[in-house]
Amino acid sequence: MTIPAIQINNIHKQFGDLQALNGIDLTINQGEFFGLLGPNGAGKSTLINVMAGLLKPTQGNVAIMGHDTVNAYQAARMALGVVPQELVFDPFFNVREMLRFQAGYFGRGRENDVWVDEVIESLGLTDKAHTNMRKLSGGMKRRALIAQALVHKPPVIVLDEPTAGVDVELRQMLWQFIKRLNKDGHTIILTTHYLEEAETLCERVAMMKDGKIVALDTTANLLSKLPGKNLRLVLGEATLPTTLFPMLKSGQNGVFTLALTELSQIEFALSELRKANIAVQDMQLIEADLEDVFMSLVGVHANEKAIA
Amino acid sequence: MKLIDDMISPAWRGTYTLFKKELFRFWRVAFQTVASPILTALLYLLIFSHALEGHVQVYKGVQYQAFLIPGLIMMSLLQNAFANSSSSLVQSKIMGSIVFVLLTPISYLQFFCAFLAAAIIRGVLVGFSIYVVAIWFVDLPITHPAWILAFALLGSALLGTFGIIAGIWADKFDQMAAFQNFVIMPLTFLSGVFYSIHSLPPIWQAISKFNPFFYMIDGFRYGFFGQGDISPWISLTVVTAFLLVLAWLCLKMLKSGYKLRG
Repeated sequence: MTIPAIQINNIHKQFGDLQALNGIDLTINQGEFFGLLGPNGAGKSTLINVMAGLLKPTQGNVAIMGHDTVNAYQAARMALGVVPQELVFDPFFNVREMLRFQAGYFGRGRENDVWVDEVIESLGLTDKAHTNMRKLSGGMKRRALIAQALVHKPPVIVLDEPTAGVDVELRQMLWQFIKRLNKDGHTIILTTHYLEEAETLCERVAMMKDGKIVALDTTANLLSKLPGKNLRLVLGEATLPTTLFPMLKSGQNGVFTLALTELSQIEFALSELRKANIAVQDMQLIEADLEDVFMSLVGVHANEKAIA
Repeated sequence: MKLIDDMISPAWRGTYTLFKKELFRFWRVAFQTVASPILTALLYLLIFSHALEGHVQVYKGVQYQAFLIPGLIMMSLLQNAFANSSSSLVQSKIMGSIVFVLLTPISYLQFFCAFLAAAIIRGVLVGFSIYVVAIWFVDLPITHPAWILAFALLGSALLGTFGIIAGIWADKFDQMAAFQNFVIMPLTFLSGVFYSIHSLPPIWQAISKFNPFFYMIDGFRYGFFGQGDISPWISLTVVTAFLLVLAWLCLKMLKSGYKLRG
């Protein structure tokens, strides 16, 4: 049997009175593209920090490629590349120097310089290789952070919200890059606020809330759990008839979204609108997405579009 | 440098890289980290030697100017060894870039060795530079070079270790400044940089003997003049004991992950 890329057993983490992680069990197989979703404070970053050895669990253990993160921490860290969420950098060095130092910390010597240059090129940092980290734009710093996690060729890569605050073009570029890493055999664990991102990239998803995993399944299975569709109605100045309120998912500025459990409800909705003499200006039938699954599980209000 | 890089075994490459990074870090700002303390020490030398020359004779046959130089060298060496490890750590903690080291397989012992070695290099480099500049102006004998070397290395190691402890403990720059201004500075000035403790009233002489900086400076000065306030062997014992206690404390903090790994 193949060793799992990440094996998390009954992890608890307590900060004073706060139970940040409350019994997490999770197995991520080698080669998987795995998504970790959840609102702020759900415990995603805490879990990543425990995996990376930056936090010690109050209880439980984690193994990276079969190496325990406490008893065999050196082998475990060799197998793991972490892209932190914050745009942190060392202001004394340029991109190439910083990457070579990072590779050196992992025991890599000058023979690794070719790989460092390859990573620099793949992430479009060649022009900035001699630029001080301090002088890079936010997007470039983000790329450098990703490069930093790759310099020692780790089989498992954890990206903690890699596309937070980056523009659409860079997001697409990073998606392509991360997909390629996964295709090349790297196991990818991605935390994200963007459900669209998880839906596009991840084969399997865990949803967290209050330090617990509330859903763990393939993305396809999670989506199939909510067969319902959404009906989006643009009514202009008119208000929604009260008979449709039980179906209402969200409503703002004359645009109402109704959650449908079966398609026959469309006819019911339209007849109620006719009865109330309300003209429909526009209408759309929308497939349920991960956000709907997420909201049904986590209970976050629909207006919080970018699930925090 | 490339030759050394290739000679290092992969098992020690992490430690060596961290050490090299720490060296580069202070060398990148050498104007502030090396040139500035040299200038400060020379200003002290100029002012105090002019003000007190002829009024003070500390050791028989030793000019006050010459007496002053080993004290100034040691003072700068100690302050800079402390500043190197403490400022690097507190800065990388506040900036968040310490995470890049914490994510690696570098052990707490290797971490300690790398920061300590860089602190020793900076301390000794600043001290040696002051010596090289000062001997242009003052005739300074070297009676026991081995004592000079021993106290330079032990002193910078002691303050380098203290700097790591302070860097781990401090969460803000002002806490670090408090360490420097309320601990390092008074201990240095009250240690006999500018005077022999024999010139002090008995009570202050007794208090001075609780100051570890006194032993470092006195032992170091003994290496130049062959005379001091106490035996260099006593100084060596006290400084080594202090170093061992601080190193033990520092390693205990690093091993537990205190303020570095939650």
